[in-house]
Amino acid sequence: MSAVEVPVEKWTGKIHEVTLGGTGGRKAVTVGGQNTLPFLHFEGKMPNKPVVSVEVQDKAPGDWSPHLMSAWGDVMSDPGAWAKKAVEYGADIITLRLRSAHPEAGDTGADEAKQSVSKVLSAVDVPVIILGPGVAEKDNKVLVAASDVAKGQRVALGNCEEKNYRTVAATCIADGHVAIGHTPLEINLAKQLNILLTDVGLSTDSIIMDPDTGALGYGLEYSYSVMERLRLAALGGDAMAAPPIISPTGAEAWRQKESKVTGGVPDSWGDHEERAVTWEEVTAVTLLNSGVDIVTLRHPKTIALIKATIDKLMST
Amino acid sequence: MALTGIEIYKFLPKTNCKECGFPTCLAFAMKLAQKGVELSKCPYVSDEGKQALEAASRPPIRLVTIGAGDRTIKVGNEVVMHRHEKTFYNAPGLVVRVKDNDPQDQVSKTVADVAAYMVERVGMELRMDGIAVDNASGSAADFVKCVELVKSKADLPLVLMSKDPAAIGQALDKVASAKPLIYAATGDNCEQMVELAKKHQCPLAVCEPAGLDALADLVQKVMDAGVEDIVLDPGARDFGASLIALTQIRRTAIKKNFQSLGFPVITFPGEGASSEEEEATLAAQQIAKYAGVIVLDHFSPAIIYPLLTLRLNIYTDPQKPIQMTPGIYEIGTPTPDSPLGVTTNFSLTYFSIAGELEASGFPSRLVVCDTEGLSVLTAWSAGKLDAEKIAKSVKEFNAADVASHKTIILPGGVAVLRGELEEELPDWKIMVGPREAVDVGGYLKQNWGK
Repeated sequence: MSAVEVPVEKWTGKIHEVTLGGTGGRKAVTVGGQNTLPFLHFEGKMPNKPVVSVEVQDKAPGDWSPHLMSAWGDVMSDPGAWAKKAVEYGADIITLRLRSAHPEAGDTGADEAKQSVSKVLSAVDVPVIILGPGVAEKDNKVLVAASDVAKGQRVALGNCEEKNYRTVAATCIADGHVAIGHTPLEINLAKQLNILLTDVGLSTDSIIMDPDTGALGYGLEYSYSVMERLRLAALGGDAMAAPPIISPTGAEAWRQKESKVTGGVPDSWGDHEERAVTWEEVTAVTLLNSGVDIVTLRHPKTIALIKATIDKLMST
Repeated sequence: MALTGIEIYKFLPKTNCKECGFPTCLAFAMKLAQKGVELSKCPYVSDEGKQALEAASRPPIRLVTIGAGDRTIKVGNEVVMHRHEKTFYNAPGLVVRVKDNDPQDQVSKTVADVAAYMVERVGMELRMDGIAVDNASGSAADFVKCVELVKSKADLPLVLMSKDPAAIGQALDKVASAKPLIYAATGDNCEQMVELAKKHQCPLAVCEPAGLDALADLVQKVMDAGVEDIVLDPGARDFGASLIALTQIRRTAIKKNFQSLGFPVITFPGEGASSEEEEATLAAQQIAKYAGVIVLDHFSPAIIYPLLTLRLNIYTDPQKPIQMTPGIYEIGTPTPDSPLGVTTNFSLTYFSIAGELEASGFPSRLVVCDTEGLSVLTAWSAGKLDAEKIAKSVKEFNAADVASHKTIILPGGVAVLRGELEEELPDWKIMVGPREAVDVGGYLKQNWGK
């Protein structure tokens, strides 16, 4: 009998461990810590499994696919109720997006942000991620307010981008939160932001990176390879590529025509709901295989399927 | 592993006899390294040298062809673990399984649906690749009947699935000229399956679930018996086991040039899944991670479309990004009053801006200029996106016919082109859009029609 010698990589680096929650009565969720590529248990250890975060918004969104609207229903009008429902569906983490703070979506301010954050924090005991509207000056305003309300709960705040990282990073340091650094699809930009965040004093257990997600058919291959390269660099010993990776998979997948458009598409696209949900699921499972540690999802069916998939990939 | 000319030279007789047609052995070696000449031109190379050189020139994963008609599945010849290291060359064949104990009209319908399926994406027509016929009945006669039925409905590559050499043999008597993949040789039927594969010159799958050592042994036996075109089934079915087995096979083949695992792998995601949705996600994982042929148990367009799209994404050459065909593209259902923007034909640039326009609620049009697949700023700095090029595209694609307002929005990154473009297009109004695609919705709300 021949003995097949499977090459095993001797990686010198490992992914930073980051814990969300774990204080103030909130459950702890730890990601990172692995010293191998995703789910290759014959080669190294994955002490913490990738987790599912579920996105809720501070106001019922006006532009979501009808299939998401009907899946969540009434709870969407209240971020606390929505978050609670998401936990029932299996959310390990809740991502609260303060969308109404966007100048185009209501331009709400610090007070409204505080209220929404409080509602979610008191409704659930899983860790919470709070995202601003994605406009630098508004992000700073509402995230600082959110940070204050969530003091002692170790939430994650995002996004830190090159233009506003100082304010968000300083807030995270002051209030004991985790920062999410977001960069456009490019490995060096991701590393550069990690260097900047480290330089202002954030420790490696308080940085998560979002190196940008392209949905299936909309740049997924770029995200896949950027994440794979970041992971390989980190395992090779580059600490600036070693934060855990988060992907807003649901937001990207459900933004596309395949998920949104209800009619006037070719028959070969198949049933709309099935296609839209599969779009999110396929994007998620592909990115989990490239190195994502926290996958943020939108549809209840995807949440259940991806959680089951992660468990199967973790079992040895 | 390709050898250099100097490495090859070591195996040559170094007599400079010129019988190969080259002035020196070194010159011959250099030509060999470029694959410009056959080793057989040298009458004096030793057997040992021949073996070493043949082994070195063999691809780490053999290219295997299934089918013989216009449509074939060609898989293998991969050289890297990660697509960014070079590219993944031969995309996995997606085939759908029918069973010989399913009702005939159901089989006919599935086969016809699979054969007819086509979905268009970025100007490419994506299709399914074949049909697997499973001898689930256990009867050779039923199997042959079903194979013939499938063959009559579609001219697609076939996978013949049975552990019974008699069933496979009788089916091959009918369809061997179509070069189906025989699935599978096992420890029990290996000799008979090898004889069938040799007699009919068909590729042979080797199934051995008892670990990679046992699989490599069985493959070696099949190779020693004279079969060259082999497909591997390590038997690992569910998410975790499949990922690990396929990764280990790929690594051992590529990094160690280990011959008896140097073949494409066949997978059965339906057997590792508890639902159709799970089958789809497992198939997705196997597209990204190293499958050569994927046998699906379900055919549903809503699932097939995402899978074919993923296959296209993963097997896109990272050095040659997909380009859009230059022209005017509609987002939503635009009218002559809808916004008209300019962008490049780098697919990611196009999809970023098209996605944001889609989300903005403004039906609109984009003039996609031929920038040879470069993004806005890269194209601009390389001289592939200038006022002249934009003006030429606007005229060539008759933008004035679809935009009564004769207003065009430039990407913010190339605002500097505005003045020149006003000279090139004197009867047009030139607006400067945002630098980032994500800001386009806000930009239009603020500026369009004001």
